[in-house]
Amino acid sequence: MSYINTLMNGELGLFKHTSLTPMQKITLRFVVVGLLYYGLVVIEGMIMRMYAVSPIDAVTTNQYFAILTAHPLVGIFGSTYLIVFGAFLFLVPFLMNKPLWSIKMASWTFWCIAIGTFIFWAAGFVSHYAPLYTLYWPLPADFTQFSVIGGTFFILGIAIVMVGTVLFVINIFKTILYTPEGWEKQPVAALLGSALGYSGFKNLFTKKENRKEHLVSLPVAAIARGTVDVAFNAAIILFTGVLILVYMVAALLGFDLKETAVDALLYKNWFWWGLDLIADGLVLIFVAGTWYLLATLITGKKLFMENWARAALLVELIVSWTVWSHHLMSDQAQPGWLKVVSGEMVTAFELITQGLAFFITLATLWSARPLKMSNPLKFLLGGLLGFALAVPAGIMQADLGLNRILHNTQWIIGPHVHVAILIGLSMTLYAAIYFLLPILTNGAKLYSQKLTNVHFWCHLFGGIGMGAFMGMAGLHGMLRRTLYINGEFMPYMVLAAISGALLLIAFLAFLYNVIMTVGLNGLLGIFKAPALKTEDLLPKA
Amino acid sequence: MVDSNTVLFGQTLIYTFYALAIILLMGWFGYRVTTDGPSKVKPAFFYTFVGFLILLGVSIHMVTLHTIPWKPMDMDRANIKADKVFDISVQDHKFQLPAEKMMIKTNDKVLFNVTSGDLTYGFGLFRNDNTMVFQMQVLPGHNNDILWQFDRPGVYSIRSTEYSGPAGVFMVEKDVVEVTD
Repeated sequence: MSYINTLMNGELGLFKHTSLTPMQKITLRFVVVGLLYYGLVVIEGMIMRMYAVSPIDAVTTNQYFAILTAHPLVGIFGSTYLIVFGAFLFLVPFLMNKPLWSIKMASWTFWCIAIGTFIFWAAGFVSHYAPLYTLYWPLPADFTQFSVIGGTFFILGIAIVMVGTVLFVINIFKTILYTPEGWEKQPVAALLGSALGYSGFKNLFTKKENRKEHLVSLPVAAIARGTVDVAFNAAIILFTGVLILVYMVAALLGFDLKETAVDALLYKNWFWWGLDLIADGLVLIFVAGTWYLLATLITGKKLFMENWARAALLVELIVSWTVWSHHLMSDQAQPGWLKVVSGEMVTAFELITQGLAFFITLATLWSARPLKMSNPLKFLLGGLLGFALAVPAGIMQADLGLNRILHNTQWIIGPHVHVAILIGLSMTLYAAIYFLLPILTNGAKLYSQKLTNVHFWCHLFGGIGMGAFMGMAGLHGMLRRTLYINGEFMPYMVLAAISGALLLIAFLAFLYNVIMTVGLNGLLGIFKAPALKTEDLLPKA
Repeated sequence: MVDSNTVLFGQTLIYTFYALAIILLMGWFGYRVTTDGPSKVKPAFFYTFVGFLILLGVSIHMVTLHTIPWKPMDMDRANIKADKVFDISVQDHKFQLPAEKMMIKTNDKVLFNVTSGDLTYGFGLFRNDNTMVFQMQVLPGHNNDILWQFDRPGVYSIRSTEYSGPAGVFMVEKDVVEVTD
């Protein structure tokens, strides 16, 4: 097969977009657009890495901070939300053997998130609206530094993303609970109890012979519990967005509302409560659920210590609601008891819950020795390593003594945030993508295993290297969210930039491999109307 | 006395050792899981691991409470009388200092009381080699105070440690704190 033929029609011409069900198409759309946004995030990250080595003339200070504002938001909403939501909208019905409650609603989720992300990114790019993702009050309403119109579009874009997110939440819970046509009436309360972890928790304290069977599988339970945090998070971000919009609309109409009407500390508490539902809630819960799913699918074995795993997910859900204060340990007006109880003690629970998920996944894999080192397995091990590195780094900074000299340094954003997201989360997602690829494409063959290996090693070394060098700079006093223009931390920043370049190479290898696997015709075909009219997830054999 | 450089050196050692150990462990696991051999994991191993995590989670904060001197002092600062108080305000991305140079005697307990008239800022003290002595957040509408004891002479700069928009990127006051014997 010629190169051009493979480029146009994919490896061996095996991928036929006309054979896809509507569910396969919508899932692939989520993943493809999510990966494109990930590419944008990598490019933005590389610009910032180069800027940290030496300021680039073509990028003004205002543009730099607009990039810094958009970078995490595009990464979380445009990339991670799209990939994760797409995968879960497919996996929940797949694991429950019933159709998705509403394909149309899934499509609305896709468009809301894809378009909303583009709107807030473009608003930041054009107007340089740059209050960062933290939006510390009253910075988002500081119109001496930022354009009101640019800010309005920025917040509007975020709000559209949140609407899509709410639709995802509804679709997931409706799919778990509804009764498809021709089915026996489903026990809604029992299903909900099982999905939220109540039944698993109860089983821990019940004699073996009296234990109830779980109505939903553990991965579905993890998705349901993470989705609770998604819902709370969307509510907080929507509420905050409306508050900021009120100030913006007032400014557009010529009124100057008093910024002191909003207490900066109270605002910081509720906003971090909501934001942390992503960082310390749904991400950890979704990731643990994905680890369990992949471990059982790769091994074909039952999960090790399943009731403990279910209980740990329930504990993690409650921990995620009470953990936010570790972001306010350097806020001297924050009550001391909140810093100790929520900031230090509850945060330490994450070491336990995530440690349990780590152990249970490894033990499940170990129980099926010898395993073939497949692509999903190697990326899964990478994901496990990422969180094993990033969670203890986070526990260290969530200490009143250490936080005094670590807060807002590169330590936070390097060994903790970037290692957690790039290695822990992304490699887990890649494991799922490599696993689902043949299922979602009806048997397309991966173009090149060598490119997959390049993707794996460059991503692993690049992500860990970047986190490590940023962390070393942080330990020597380098702050995040600022600029150093006199080469103060040059050696670390050069090494971090080289590591960043490895991440870019990894992504390009992956992207090229995917394009050559499905072909340009196949890639574009994903966005055409499906030829099959069915609610089934997969075409009938 | 222990200062921030000593604590960070200790942290670097501990975390580097841990990171190398966990990377090696995962490498070993990745290799061994592909080879034939015993595959049963005893529940006792699991429960021991859970116990270890609980012990680690609880002990880390106890250890820092007894080894990092500014931690107990910070938690009890309302009941400790400061030898010297500096009132500092921040507005329009500028620090307003009480004097051109703030002079401090070694071992004096000094309270820095910082208020903001507009945005959220940060207040950090840095050595000339850019390493950090300490930092805190400065929120508008609230008192933001930090008590510190300097145990050696030195000259320090103040820098905002929180982003307050592009206008606040270079909020640095060079060599404005001097500690003498």
